[in-house]
Amino acid sequence: MNTLDDIEAAQLRDDIPDFSPGDTVRVDVRVAEGGRERTQAFEGVVIARKGGGIRETFTVRKISFGVGVERIFPVHAPIIDKIEVLRRGDVRRAKLYFLRDRVGKATRIKEKRD
Amino acid sequence: MNMIIGEKLGMTQVFDDENRAIPVTVIKAGPVRVTQIKRPETDGYAAVQIAYKEMAAANRAQSGHFAKAGVAPHRHVVEVRVDDVDEYELGQEITIGEVLEAGQRADAAGISKGKGFAGVMKRHGFKGASSSHGVHKVHRSPGSIGACATPARVFKGKRMPGRMGGDQTTILNLEVIQVDADRNVLLLKGAVPGPKGAIVLIREAVKQRA
Repeated sequence: MNTLDDIEAAQLRDDIPDFSPGDTVRVDVRVAEGGRERTQAFEGVVIARKGGGIRETFTVRKISFGVGVERIFPVHAPIIDKIEVLRRGDVRRAKLYFLRDRVGKATRIKEKRD
Repeated sequence: MNMIIGEKLGMTQVFDDENRAIPVTVIKAGPVRVTQIKRPETDGYAAVQIAYKEMAAANRAQSGHFAKAGVAPHRHVVEVRVDDVDEYELGQEITIGEVLEAGQRADAAGISKGKGFAGVMKRHGFKGASSSHGVHKVHRSPGSIGACATPARVFKGKRMPGRMGGDQTTILNLEVIQVDADRNVLLLKGAVPGPKGAIVLIREAVKQRA
């Protein structure tokens, strides 16, 4: 095996659930404040997954007090305590950037049925 | 020994203790073999010659040189100045674990990627001309390269377009993130000159900041 892949593989997390753009997820992030650590949840719609290997990231978008907030997480980041998939979305696109231009009811995503 | 020869494998990232993503260059460093010892009595100075990567076919001159040290012919040979040559013996193998350890600073030298014939904006960081406001066909030009009848010539050393890259380049004070002595792999923070597969010289940093 390639040494570079080896180094990356050693750091990849295997406890990350399968999720894709359109899904609603809850990301529990570890935050250290004043010497102790707690988790903070960030809940929203996954609008993109980019990159590969250890460099893969995903973008979560939510509306907080009427303001759109997006946060980009590395998929394999150690600060992620847990990712929970709350709802599977049915979308036709890999990048849901069009959601940024929509508000309210227009941002709804169909639930995936199988 | 404070120097080793390696091969750039590529870049990736690792997460550190504080969960930050650190960009790293992965280098296959060593092992190298000592192929010649230069002594003050015989050569006028003290140095050790080290060689990296065995080669398939050597010519007679190379075969003879490496046979003297009792090692197989190697592709890359570098001389390193040392204080005391008696610490080394011919044919000795030196691995990355004896040269550097994580947390230290290192310098990396190699041949930078060739950029071909480059203009002044890319080669020297000139500003170029405006992209609008009546500028016509000279957006990336250097502008004036000198005065008129006095001095009636262009000064030597005037920065102009030309070949860029492919130069010996040294990057100082790179942090050593990880040393994997079993696999002869070294992780340095940041970029190192050259493409993947390029030969790089790694040494303990010479200009350490206290």
